[in-house]
Amino acid sequence: MHTSSPVLAIDNLSLEFPAYKNNVKALNGVSLHVNPGEIVGVVGESGSGKSVTAMLSMRLLPESSYRITAGSLSMLGRDMLAAPEKDLLTIRGRDAAMIFQEPMTALNPTRRIGRQMLDVIIHHQKISAAEARLKAIALLRDMHIASPEQVLESYPFELSGGMRQRVMIALAFSCEPQLLIADEPTTALDVTVQRQVLLLLREKARQRGTAILLITHDMALVSQFCDRVYVMYTGAVVEEGCTVEVMGNPQHPYTQGLLSGLPEMVEPGQPLLTIPGQVPNLASLPVGCTFQERCPYAMPVCAKRPNLNTINGNDQRKSACWLPVKELS
Amino acid sequence: MAFLTLLRKRLFGLVLVVLGVSLITFAISHLIPGDPARLIAGDRASDALVAGIRHQLGLDLPLYQQYGRYLMDLLHGDLGTSIRTSRPVLEDLQAFFPATLELALVALVLAILIGVPLGVLSAVYHNRAIDQIARTLAVTGISTPAFWLGLGAIVLFYGHLGWLPGGGRLSEGLVPPPTITGFYLIDSLLVGDGSLFLDTVEHLILPATTLGFVTLGVVARQIRSAMLDQLGEDYIRTARAYGLSRWTVILRHALPNALIPSVTVLGLTLGDLLYGAVLTETVFAWPGMGAYVVKSIQALDFPAVMGFAILVSFIYVLLNMAIDLLYRVIDPRIGEVN
Amino acid sequence: MSVALTAARRPRWSEKLAYLAYQIRRSPLTMAGLAITFIVLLCMIFAPWLASHDPNALNLAERLAPPSAEHWFGTDEVGRDLFSRVLFGSQQSVGVGLFVAFASCFIGGLLGCFSGVIGGRFDALIMRLMDIMLSVPSLVLIMALAAALGASLFNAMLAITLVRIPSYVRLARGQALSIRQMGYVKAAQTFGAGRWHMVHWHVARNAMPPLLVQLSLDIGSSILMASALGFIGLGAQQPTAEWGAMVATGRNYILDNWWYSTFPGLAILITATGFNLLGDGVRDLLDPRQQGK
Repeated sequence: MHTSSPVLAIDNLSLEFPAYKNNVKALNGVSLHVNPGEIVGVVGESGSGKSVTAMLSMRLLPESSYRITAGSLSMLGRDMLAAPEKDLLTIRGRDAAMIFQEPMTALNPTRRIGRQMLDVIIHHQKISAAEARLKAIALLRDMHIASPEQVLESYPFELSGGMRQRVMIALAFSCEPQLLIADEPTTALDVTVQRQVLLLLREKARQRGTAILLITHDMALVSQFCDRVYVMYTGAVVEEGCTVEVMGNPQHPYTQGLLSGLPEMVEPGQPLLTIPGQVPNLASLPVGCTFQERCPYAMPVCAKRPNLNTINGNDQRKSACWLPVKELS
Repeated sequence: MAFLTLLRKRLFGLVLVVLGVSLITFAISHLIPGDPARLIAGDRASDALVAGIRHQLGLDLPLYQQYGRYLMDLLHGDLGTSIRTSRPVLEDLQAFFPATLELALVALVLAILIGVPLGVLSAVYHNRAIDQIARTLAVTGISTPAFWLGLGAIVLFYGHLGWLPGGGRLSEGLVPPPTITGFYLIDSLLVGDGSLFLDTVEHLILPATTLGFVTLGVVARQIRSAMLDQLGEDYIRTARAYGLSRWTVILRHALPNALIPSVTVLGLTLGDLLYGAVLTETVFAWPGMGAYVVKSIQALDFPAVMGFAILVSFIYVLLNMAIDLLYRVIDPRIGEVN
Repeated sequence: MSVALTAARRPRWSEKLAYLAYQIRRSPLTMAGLAITFIVLLCMIFAPWLASHDPNALNLAERLAPPSAEHWFGTDEVGRDLFSRVLFGSQQSVGVGLFVAFASCFIGGLLGCFSGVIGGRFDALIMRLMDIMLSVPSLVLIMALAAALGASLFNAMLAITLVRIPSYVRLARGQALSIRQMGYVKAAQTFGAGRWHMVHWHVARNAMPPLLVQLSLDIGSSILMASALGFIGLGAQQPTAEWGAMVATGRNYILDNWWYSTFPGLAILITATGFNLLGDGVRDLLDPRQQGK
């Protein structure tokens, strides 16, 4: 049990995007939390609401494009949904940082790396340009970049994808944030580079005691790097718990489906299964359990939406399904 | 690609275009019904005189030879002789060019000073009230006939209010400043003649504002479009994610990057202004190339019109070249061997 | 276990129309453009019925009369009713604008499609020609052409059309080139589809949207161009009512008779604004960026 307060606490959050005919219900009662220093994964397909959650945590969604219909979101004890603009300017980048999926486009293409890093460092820490530069060099070196001075003088297009992501990570850690949100940080990178980047992320986070919220669609990554995991589907959490337990004994049919498609999880000779059907349209969600139509165990009771139930009395381990708890055989 | 290669390509293109334009203008001048020789000689001239003039002009030669002569003349900078003023067209145009350039530049500056903020506001407050108002202003600007607006301005500010002069570059009786740059604004300042400077400004206000008004729409729309493109880019999201304030991001990150591709449009706008000033100059009796051309058209002075066409095309292409080269300087991504 | 697959249904025409109406409603500027254009077109078509007087009827007793109940826009120097002349003038100016835009779009589009599909030296030649034409500032070329051909409405239309063709050729060719690469076109080729078939079915149809956008944006500037020519004296000749020419004539009387140049000029402004707003709306609707969001 963690006694210190979580760095990120989302409670029963519901959000919708007003649209042409029906509103797109992107989040439907999402609850999750991240404790100091831990690495939490949020996994799901596109449309599951995981990116929306991440962006909302930093209030990066365009203000007029969405509506909060229920729930709360607080970061480091601050209510992020109601926070005024000027508070956000200090929170973003200093107390919490975010890195995005596409390192190729994440930086201003017509400015040198050094200038961009210094802009952020000086904005948050009132130090001189010379000091900031030294800091930047130290950060880059810490990210295992061999020639930091050269990188500072370069333009983004002169660096590779993996290198750019390292720069982004360096920037993320530049003000010693307590939370780092990583939205699909390796999806756009070469497979060989992906692992390196994640190892780096984990190493630096552990060193500084920074918590990480890792958003991804890749179960394999989650199983390797995350302490705890939340599985999301159509804007709600369907399963959560310690990674070892969720991967080892998945309770929700969706989680099981995701895992049975992974080469690592399947015995040699056995077929790789895919989940039949498609994710339902978020503008017209079915009543009851949203996974029914694709679920191999669908029952009449699924017409009523299941709650997120604790498993075996462990309130860190939950699943939203009417099926009885499946024990490991 | 390397600078010299680009330069060579561009110069070759320039030559090709001038050749093409000369072909077009040559073709057009031979479309003209009527006999240029007789036009010059006059109605009562004898046939022998007309024939003599025809021979002098080389009009009795086969077409391709005529074109050859025409081309040679062009290469020597001879754009023909104006029927109306009896001076070489090039000389005429050179005399009137600075006036047009001064007007065009001042109009462009005005258009940019108003158009850029308008475009930025339009993009930032996308689809909100400010955007609708700004867009209406921009569209009205580009839909307004400059000659009509100029006329209206004269009626109001000269006819009824009497605040500003109704035309010309300087008041009656005033002597223009000595020609150093050809721009009265600069020249009068350089010789320290304050009252002359003020008089020039007074005369510039209405035509420049008229021309500027119909141009600011183009500028605003371009900036709006470029800004919308930039504001949707990931690096803007990154900047905001790291705590930079909204307007810092808009003005110090998005706008500079939006101006880069806009340079092309802005440069071409200058080109458009140079010949678009045609009608405005007529209305304001501004002694520039535009007014000259209109008078030439109305007098059926085709050498002058064709000469103007070639000169303006040449300038236009040069301007394009300059913009391309400028682009390479301001955008660090260009010129890289990817 | 039942796996009910919900297949996406192709939207019906009525649904597409409803969505279109929704998008238009959201943009007040586009609606304004639509309204103005509609009114102008009505004026153009129903001018003979809407006009209060015969536009060519001279009435020297009432020359240069200010606006009144009898003559809404006043009269000109030979007593002709300006309101009627402005109404009939719409036929010249708007007619020219529409004709020029559609003609140049059609010819240019066709030429560009063929050029892109045929390729080779033909394509290279056409593109060179178009490049040259595009590098001559259009107003200059139009004036030169119109002056050379002689001052008449037909020549003005011809001149403006010719000058507008290159941009459509470029657009269409670009589309043709990219469509040519697409999978389904190559597939059609393997089934023996001939060039003409390709151009007609695949290229032309898919090249339509950007061409239509350009077309709608062009109408406004064509109208302005036509009135500019009229102002100089090229274009429709007297006694035909033409907006630009009316502004020019009115110039001689403007200081004491403000109404003469004002109303025709206002007509040009409003008409061009309407078509431009509409063009903007069309462009926004067909803009791929809009579809994505």
